[in-house]
Amino acid sequence: MAYKAVIGLEFHCEMKSHTKVFSKAKNDYSKVSNSNVQPLDMAFPGTLPVLNKECVRKSIMMASILNCDIPQYMEFDRKNYFYPDLPKGYQITQFFNPVGRNGKITIEVNGEEKEVLIHDIHLEEDTASLDHYYNTSCIDYNRAGVPLLELVTEPCLNSADEAVAFLEHIRSIYQYTDISEADSKKGQIRCDVNVSIMDEDSDELGTRVEVKNVNSFNSVRDTINYEIKRQSELKSSGKYDEVVQETRRFDDETGTTIRMRSKEDAIDYKYFTEPNIPKYRITKEYVESIKNSIPELARERKEKYIKDYNLSNYDAGVLVRDKKISDYFEECVKLGTDPKSASNWITTRLLGEINKSEDITIDNIYIRPEMIHELVSLIENKKISTDQAKKVFALMLEEKQMPSEIAKKYSMEVLDDSLIDSIVDEVISENAKAIEDYHNGRTNMLDYLVGEVMKETKGKANPAEAKNKMIEKI
Amino acid sequence: MLNYDITSLNEKLKNNEINSEELIKQSIKKCHEVQEKTNSFVTIVDEFESISNPKSILNAIPFGAKDNFSTKGILSTGSSNTLKDYIPFFDATVIKKLKESGAVLVGKTVLDELGMGGTGTTGHTGRVLNPWNTKKSTSGSSAGSASSVASGCYPFALGSDTGDSIRKPAAFCGIVGYKPTYGMVSRYGLFPFACSLDTVGVLTRNVKDAAIVINAIKGQDKNDMTTWDSSNIDLTSKLENDVKGKKLFYIKEVLEVINPSEETKEHLNNFYKTIELCKTLGIDVEEVSIDKTLLNALPVIYQVISCAEATSNMANLTGISFGPRGNSNDITEMIKDHRTKGFSPLIKRRFVIGSYVLQSQNQEKYYLNAKRVRRLLVNKMNELFKSYDGLILPVSSGPATDIEDCANVLGKSVNLLEEHMQIANYGGYPSITIPNGFISNLPVGVNITGKVKDDENILNIAYILESNMNYKNQIAKEVE
Repeated sequence: MAYKAVIGLEFHCEMKSHTKVFSKAKNDYSKVSNSNVQPLDMAFPGTLPVLNKECVRKSIMMASILNCDIPQYMEFDRKNYFYPDLPKGYQITQFFNPVGRNGKITIEVNGEEKEVLIHDIHLEEDTASLDHYYNTSCIDYNRAGVPLLELVTEPCLNSADEAVAFLEHIRSIYQYTDISEADSKKGQIRCDVNVSIMDEDSDELGTRVEVKNVNSFNSVRDTINYEIKRQSELKSSGKYDEVVQETRRFDDETGTTIRMRSKEDAIDYKYFTEPNIPKYRITKEYVESIKNSIPELARERKEKYIKDYNLSNYDAGVLVRDKKISDYFEECVKLGTDPKSASNWITTRLLGEINKSEDITIDNIYIRPEMIHELVSLIENKKISTDQAKKVFALMLEEKQMPSEIAKKYSMEVLDDSLIDSIVDEVISENAKAIEDYHNGRTNMLDYLVGEVMKETKGKANPAEAKNKMIEKI
Repeated sequence: MLNYDITSLNEKLKNNEINSEELIKQSIKKCHEVQEKTNSFVTIVDEFESISNPKSILNAIPFGAKDNFSTKGILSTGSSNTLKDYIPFFDATVIKKLKESGAVLVGKTVLDELGMGGTGTTGHTGRVLNPWNTKKSTSGSSAGSASSVASGCYPFALGSDTGDSIRKPAAFCGIVGYKPTYGMVSRYGLFPFACSLDTVGVLTRNVKDAAIVINAIKGQDKNDMTTWDSSNIDLTSKLENDVKGKKLFYIKEVLEVINPSEETKEHLNNFYKTIELCKTLGIDVEEVSIDKTLLNALPVIYQVISCAEATSNMANLTGISFGPRGNSNDITEMIKDHRTKGFSPLIKRRFVIGSYVLQSQNQEKYYLNAKRVRRLLVNKMNELFKSYDGLILPVSSGPATDIEDCANVLGKSVNLLEEHMQIANYGGYPSITIPNGFISNLPVGVNITGKVKDDENILNIAYILESNMNYKNQIAKEVE
């Protein structure tokens, strides 16, 4: 028997900012441990939190995008618990009065629209990171105090597809607004997934299981599917009482979830208002000014690409999926490249190259928008053929040169009209027999003649052009 | 030369009547002598450092700081075993400001462990003795700062005040203790006890010195969000203003002591003499009655709020990134071991109370209600401050108690004379204690508390009162 799944997500995302949310240390992804640390990040006695206004601005922006109610005051609370990755013994977060509450946002899941309800979004600080070895653990305080936005949905999602589509949608917003890079490779995103199942025709919610620290969207998908399967099997075999309200973790290696602690062992975080950060007034004007500064998001860009640039829904979708790709495309268009051509080159060739290797990214690939522009111009001006352009593209990557340089170097540039004329004349005079055959109905002779022209020009002629001229003259 | 006030010292230094190096050396020498008699110091800074700032009135003036201020390169223990070897790598804002003004730190003074006590007997280096009579306590928690200033080690020492931690030991040691308005002075680098109440202040032998020191250390600090801009306030400018027409009140219920001791009776009589003096000076003093139920809540609010904040504030003391590492291979046990060995029983009890009142099932009943009652009390005070310049009350029930009688436990019965100074911390009010007499050969004090940001007004009243009494610049007898 199939059951209905009810899923809620808690999505933690590290924000982009110059400094940490409460300290002057740089908020910068660094491979050198403990290099971005100020006294507060290690909780030395007497240190005090100083709120980063940029983080406040960005959190209000996200709350606005999620159509949340925004409070009149910015306030923070302490979440108290002991753990070596939490140097102060408490995390500064927003428990009583989060920056956004009661929001909603429409996403697209497999071509259909779905409204996702947002319980709240709040600004908080990340913990230090721990590395465990055989009999030692190392603490890296670089991450301690990095700004985090935690977004909590209502339990309103019903499948892994919906959950992942939602997360992708949110990640896209984070990237388009520059609130976060939302890069899972840098450990910037983490999810807690709540899953329960219920009878299709029932209104009664089932027992909720929380799976903590799921660190990639694929794992979110696996977690949800695993939990639905596990819970459904237990329910089908009459053992639903074995599904208990508890916290589990996802195990990457086995693709399963493992029990961490039961509800009875839940920690009492003893939340109370942070006394060191005075209430911070958020004026309506301030919120308005933030709303007005929200940049164009993926949805809007996609619409524009389809409407204004006549791109297909598919291509537009591919372009906006990653903001950097979309920015790259827009840069090409800005330079004057025909949008359709730019889109073709980017979605096929460029992304093809990027997808070939982990080391090649949109940021570091040799071909920049101005080169795409030049390449497309060469074709448009009939300097090279489309086939040649493909070769030029490959050679640019190999030899790290501009398209025009490549074309020149390999003598690809199409000859000028008068020269082609004379070569066409020459071929005509040398192939009287073929021309006669052509006029007698052997139309394939035309291809032969054009081929001769191409041979003579060492492929430099534009074949279509050569063909036209040949037809004209015979 | 150590007995001079800051203004005189500054003049004599400028006129080369006193050599600055000699002054500091004398101060250090005196600290060692006083240490022998009173155990006031955790550290005496023999190898002192100084920056010369001839423009500042504090240039070359030696001073002490309570050992809960972070001092770069100098042991800062909070008088706790959890930090017994902790040498900070940064200065508290106030220490930095004093250094930059040319003042020279010569001593780090003993406090009740992490500021959480009122007897001066719970520091990890042992109890502090009262320089007027070493069988007596100084009270606390700024015990060493009070006793060292009273002993004439230097003209001033920094303290911190969460309930009365500057103002009570000042009274017991016969000196001035000033807690400015909350947020006037940065707390950056002060080891926290209860952040919503903690205030940096100063202990001196006269009111003007207190104004001079706070003038030098006040100001908005980008490291402390609760500070505010006070650049338009010069605390010394109104000291000598005429006080005629000013209005003070005292709270009737606080003075109604059941079965007062002889000393308390004497203390109250002495207080009324001060009231008479006020009236002679043209200050209008009125008796005001406040709901006893509200007043009786004073110590409860203090226990609940201060313990709640303290249990969280001191959760950083785990022995993981600093402090002696606990013994165990298990991380939780390691933290537990550090804290079990490091904290005294009194503090542990406060942590238990703090945790209890914050637990989700108790929070509404205890912690949130305490905050509400705090608000009610502050509202009442704010209302009174609309009609009055300040509240005047005696400090404590009498002079210093026998050091052997310091029970080091949280008391059970409410004696409002011992509790009323917490009002200033609840409202963030400026509050100053000045000596106003002797009982049983021990000094006693009177306290004036005013409205927020009205520090100049209470300093003015305190200065004029001080000028009309005989207890200005007194040095404790036992160490003279």
